[in-house]
Amino acid sequence: MSSLHGAIEVVVSDVVTVNELIKRFHFKRADGKPLPAFSGGSHIVIEMQDGDTLRRTPYSLSSSPFDTDDYQISIRRDDAGRGGSLYMHEKVEPGMSMSISHPANLFALDKRAPKHLMLAGGIGITPFMSQTAQLARTGGRIELHYGVRNRDLGTYVDELSARLGPDLHVYLDENAERMDLDRILGNQPTGTHLYVCGPEPMIEAALHSARRLGWPQAHIHHELFTKTAPGEPFTMTLQDSGVSVEVGETQSMLEAIENAGIDAPYLCRGGVCGQCETRVISHDGELLHADHWLSDEERAAGDKIMPCVSRCRGTLVLER
Amino acid sequence: MATPASQLPFREETFRDDFTFTNSPETVRRAPFPFDQDSYMYAVNMEQHRDGEPGTAFEAPIDVDEHYVSEMRDRALVLDEDPLRCQSLPHMALAGWDTLELLMQAKADSYPDWFTLDRDGDRWHWINRPLGIEQRFTFGDETTLPYGPLEYITRQAQGDFCVLDERQGNLWMDAGIVTTQADWSLDFDIGMNFFEWHAPVPLAHELGIFERALKYMLSVQIGAPARRLNWTMTVNPRLDTSPENYHVWGPENTHITEENVADKLYLRIELQSFWRLPRSNALLFPIRCYLLSMRDLSTVPKWATRMHRVLKSLPPELSTYKGLDNYRQIAIDYLSEFDDGSPTTPGARPD
Repeated sequence: MSSLHGAIEVVVSDVVTVNELIKRFHFKRADGKPLPAFSGGSHIVIEMQDGDTLRRTPYSLSSSPFDTDDYQISIRRDDAGRGGSLYMHEKVEPGMSMSISHPANLFALDKRAPKHLMLAGGIGITPFMSQTAQLARTGGRIELHYGVRNRDLGTYVDELSARLGPDLHVYLDENAERMDLDRILGNQPTGTHLYVCGPEPMIEAALHSARRLGWPQAHIHHELFTKTAPGEPFTMTLQDSGVSVEVGETQSMLEAIENAGIDAPYLCRGGVCGQCETRVISHDGELLHADHWLSDEERAAGDKIMPCVSRCRGTLVLER
Repeated sequence: MATPASQLPFREETFRDDFTFTNSPETVRRAPFPFDQDSYMYAVNMEQHRDGEPGTAFEAPIDVDEHYVSEMRDRALVLDEDPLRCQSLPHMALAGWDTLELLMQAKADSYPDWFTLDRDGDRWHWINRPLGIEQRFTFGDETTLPYGPLEYITRQAQGDFCVLDERQGNLWMDAGIVTTQADWSLDFDIGMNFFEWHAPVPLAHELGIFERALKYMLSVQIGAPARRLNWTMTVNPRLDTSPENYHVWGPENTHITEENVADKLYLRIELQSFWRLPRSNALLFPIRCYLLSMRDLSTVPKWATRMHRVLKSLPPELSTYKGLDNYRQIAIDYLSEFDDGSPTTPGARPD
């Protein structure tokens, strides 16, 4: 197995059942030193050895960026996923040792913004927890709209309410409360930055409204918790390394490469940042692109792939 | 721990006027000689900046050498004359604190005989023995320091520092201190993005260097710094070769003769590193300057040979862009006496 970039050895210090779908995990550094401070919106990659399957999954940090004793992540159980959240919910207990990456940030606040408008759906609230904690210390105007299924699943409503007061707006699905995107997005002072995190349809609707209302692209930020779907196993050849690797059903190409002991570049592990882009030397069958990085032309050309999220129906040879 | 460096005294020397700057032999040999082969072309020559090789400038993550005290004195003179050499756009305050933490901690960790940092929550106590500074302050509160955090700590750190905000998949030069630069201006470049501030560099854009370099820099994470080397040449061991002072140093470019080239012409090496800053998510980009005279190079036969061959084969556009045209041939002639034509060993370290 290749090593997790910049791994920090931690101990699970607490596992809190927040509600029927969500558990919160607390980590302390194993060697007793302080954890790195980080920037609001950051994520860490958690390494899970689930039997034979190596998984490395990113999760947003929901703790305060200034808290160097305790990292917190919240994970929503996904019964139809690849098994990462199930592993965390069912197998991880206080006292366990785990490896995590240093925090990395692909959903950072724009520090010049006179106002930050945040739209959160469900578990998408997690990056806003660390962002609002950061802004509480450094200063900044916030308006946060948070949609949840019901009050039980409003994971951090109380904490945010204390932090934001009237700047927090909660919408309960069970009461048919909906965010009025046009009203929210159509009444903001010039220079406001928009941040959206939640289910994909919610993000798409918000971005669509924002663009229609004339928001500049540079003022719009979003983070999608990519749910990589499981798929049929397939074999890939890593030409530079001279090995053939089987990609399992619930394993990504990137994880399979790492499990074979080969270091490959990555950052987001969610198909958006471009760091893992790998050349496809040849392939038989169909490349199943699941990323948000390559252009349509690049996908059609078939000579590049994003191994963190994409798959192949057939076989392929990579320049790795 | 950088034991050899901690045994060196700090030199009293000048980088202007009478130019009393001298390298001790140990400092020459530990310099980060930038050429690992006999010719030079731009490349994305970035590598991890990891636990360093003892006896080299890479030994400590943030290198302090015998020129420390005198360099800081020269910096203070530049800033007195031209405060615009250190600027920080308003949104970069958090990055300034990140930088202060990084540099203080690195110095205290690598050189405990010279630097001490005690942290009690936000109450910090910093001691800098070489510069005779002791400061108690509150981390995050500018009113408890005599300068903003960036200026405060970089007045105590060798080399220039650019602090780059990351936005929209690009890097923006939104803060920095630049007093030892090879002819570029912070005041001109501040607020520009990565491609904009590199606009004047010839050939590199066509080679796609900057796209690949940017992608690498965006992937630099907390705790995993990277580095690369850059180089040019300078007449006299002058640190402040700035556009702002071109009227002072520019004319010296025509003063090199075969009698004075050995001691008056310098290889100017830049050790550039890239550090992800934790709270601001910005990138710290130190540019640390090492000066080796042609005579210094002649004491390391492999380096004199290589410098000779690099200068002989240097593309004309690069020579012009780096400002070498007036004296390149004189340097080649001087260095040729050390080049016996035989192959050089791989890598940049001396034999």
